[in-house]
Amino acid sequence: MPAAARPAVPEAARFDWTRALKEAGLAAFVAFMLFLPLMGFRLVGAEGRLGLEYRPHWVVIGVVVVFFGHLLVSFLRAVRGVPAAPSGRAGPIARYINTHATWLAVAGVALAFALPFTPFANRYVVDVATTVLIYVMLGWGLNIVVGLAGLLDLGYVAFYAVGAYSYALFAQWFGLGFWEALPIAGVLAATFGILLGFPVLRLRGDYLAIVTLGFGEIIRIVLLNWYPVTRGPDGLSGIPRPTFFGLAFTRRPPEGEVAFHQFFDIPYSGLHRVIFLYYLILLLALLTNWFVLRIRKLPVGRAWEALREDEIASKALGINPTNTKLTAFALGAMFGGFAGSFFATRQGFISPESFTFIESATILAIVVLGGMGSQIGVVLAAAVIVILPELGREFEQFRMLLFGAAMVGIMVWRPRGLLASREPTIRLHAKGEGEPSG
Amino acid sequence: MLELHGVHTHYGRIEALKGVTLEVRRGEIVTIIGANGAGKSTLLMTVSGNPRASAGRILFEGEDITELPTYEIVRRGISQAPEGRRIFPRMTVLENLQMGAVPNGERYFEEDVKKVFALFPRLQERMHQRGGTLSGGEQQMLCIGRALMARPKLLLLDEPSLGLAPMLVQQIFRSIVEINRSQGLTILLVEQNAYQALRIAHRGYVLATGSVVMQGTGKELLASPEVRAAYLEGGH
Repeated sequence: MPAAARPAVPEAARFDWTRALKEAGLAAFVAFMLFLPLMGFRLVGAEGRLGLEYRPHWVVIGVVVVFFGHLLVSFLRAVRGVPAAPSGRAGPIARYINTHATWLAVAGVALAFALPFTPFANRYVVDVATTVLIYVMLGWGLNIVVGLAGLLDLGYVAFYAVGAYSYALFAQWFGLGFWEALPIAGVLAATFGILLGFPVLRLRGDYLAIVTLGFGEIIRIVLLNWYPVTRGPDGLSGIPRPTFFGLAFTRRPPEGEVAFHQFFDIPYSGLHRVIFLYYLILLLALLTNWFVLRIRKLPVGRAWEALREDEIASKALGINPTNTKLTAFALGAMFGGFAGSFFATRQGFISPESFTFIESATILAIVVLGGMGSQIGVVLAAAVIVILPELGREFEQFRMLLFGAAMVGIMVWRPRGLLASREPTIRLHAKGEGEPSG
Repeated sequence: MLELHGVHTHYGRIEALKGVTLEVRRGEIVTIIGANGAGKSTLLMTVSGNPRASAGRILFEGEDITELPTYEIVRRGISQAPEGRRIFPRMTVLENLQMGAVPNGERYFEEDVKKVFALFPRLQERMHQRGGTLSGGEQQMLCIGRALMARPKLLLLDEPSLGLAPMLVQQIFRSIVEINRSQGLTILLVEQNAYQALRIAHRGYVLATGSVVMQGTGKELLASPEVRAAYLEGGH
């Protein structure tokens, strides 16, 4: 638990028992209403029929835990003088990460590169890490739009879908390989970004969110219904896998071709492709990060931030809001498109079901959870969002419940995101002061 | 340098400016005074092209800028320090200044930052601090400094004294005079603080419900019984 260090109140504030009991009682009641259907019953298959198993003791245990847990939290708050609403300022851990960002980033990248060769890297671990990296990349892409330019986009998954389908379709119709299709997918996604950008130039906040949400749904519904091209709900299968400079990752390559394991004269392993895909997304993600870090310091990147801070002031300073917003949409969408192409080649099969609103929500959650605009925050948040449900697998049907609880917890303790801070893009050498920020 | 000929501005169906004609000459400080809602800020915003004038013409150095988008007007050399300061709160002082230099491609950034810091030493002390953590007076300095970074030919100042302590008001007005004297920068100043504004202005216009009702040199207006009665007495 990221308990922020706060100065201890010398004299423990008086603890209001009646109020605490009342609140704990209310919490226990809410818990009872929730647990009754969630934990109280269980469907069991018996002799080919479904039966209900009643588990009242589970509900009782849950409610009792909530009641006393709530009481304990209230008590601790009163004793330690912790305000009910956290200030949202960076705690010691977050501050440490922010001040040592460069070091941690280098270490993190090194660790990411070494991961497939560590002893505990099996197929499952590398697969999960690949998924994390897809979300990291999507988070970084969306961070341009939401974090930097401050444009709330609820339909980001549309660009992910455009990227995935462009690669799948170009491969199917024109026989393009992954590397040839990748730039095309990026350009197409960026075009769609501009297409979305034009009608929403004048919109802000909630209104913008609604329109982008609608845009995401339009793309999905078009994919679902344009059967001759997209094969609708059946999806597109047989999407070609990426090759390592022309070397395929198959046990037996077609006549006249050389497979990866033959070329390097190593025994065939299914893991090769998994590891290759992992490195591929790692590179794509790092490219995204490099790009975002660079562009933040260029006039257009700073114009995004200025626009987020104050649109009227930005205009008064000679910023062209139309171009600025459109570039944000286009570039954010482009990275979504790249990630989509990767997704298509990794899965080998795509259908509109992979591009529902919940994906947009997840990516947005990663950006918000990480702390808007924070690059390292996105990595942490993506890891949390992907790995937490994985860790929860033992808890069976309760894992999404735990996941939800964890999200609520993070937002209660860190309302502005895990790492809410902004690195200035420019520093001047004052006498004896450190070098310009990297 | 700047001429307005019969400029009308509408907010929807409300007419905020009803045919304003005025002129700002090179090297002058011209002030526009008037009560709340007289259309002072609208006038400045219209010069910047946001909102656009619905009728009339605005000329800057002989060129018609009435229909130009705001960013083009800024590039022609008209910078505005908008009402309410509107600095970028999460950006540092230095970054705020950098944003001001966007119209000239940040070519003179280092040189101009030094000039701004010479004018407002407080900003140098706080250059790596976030804009939102500055005091009101410092924010106003930053706002003016940011507008200066574009190397404007004409500086539009919208109520720089708003919400500041009297001591700070004095200081800001002194800085405005200094900018005008040492750099020869032409300034169009909108103020509610009529006394201070007229004291430093070469000429002034009095605006009431969207029309110019009086004009003259700063001294004339200060001495005028109507102006005294309407805008100075009871105030300061």
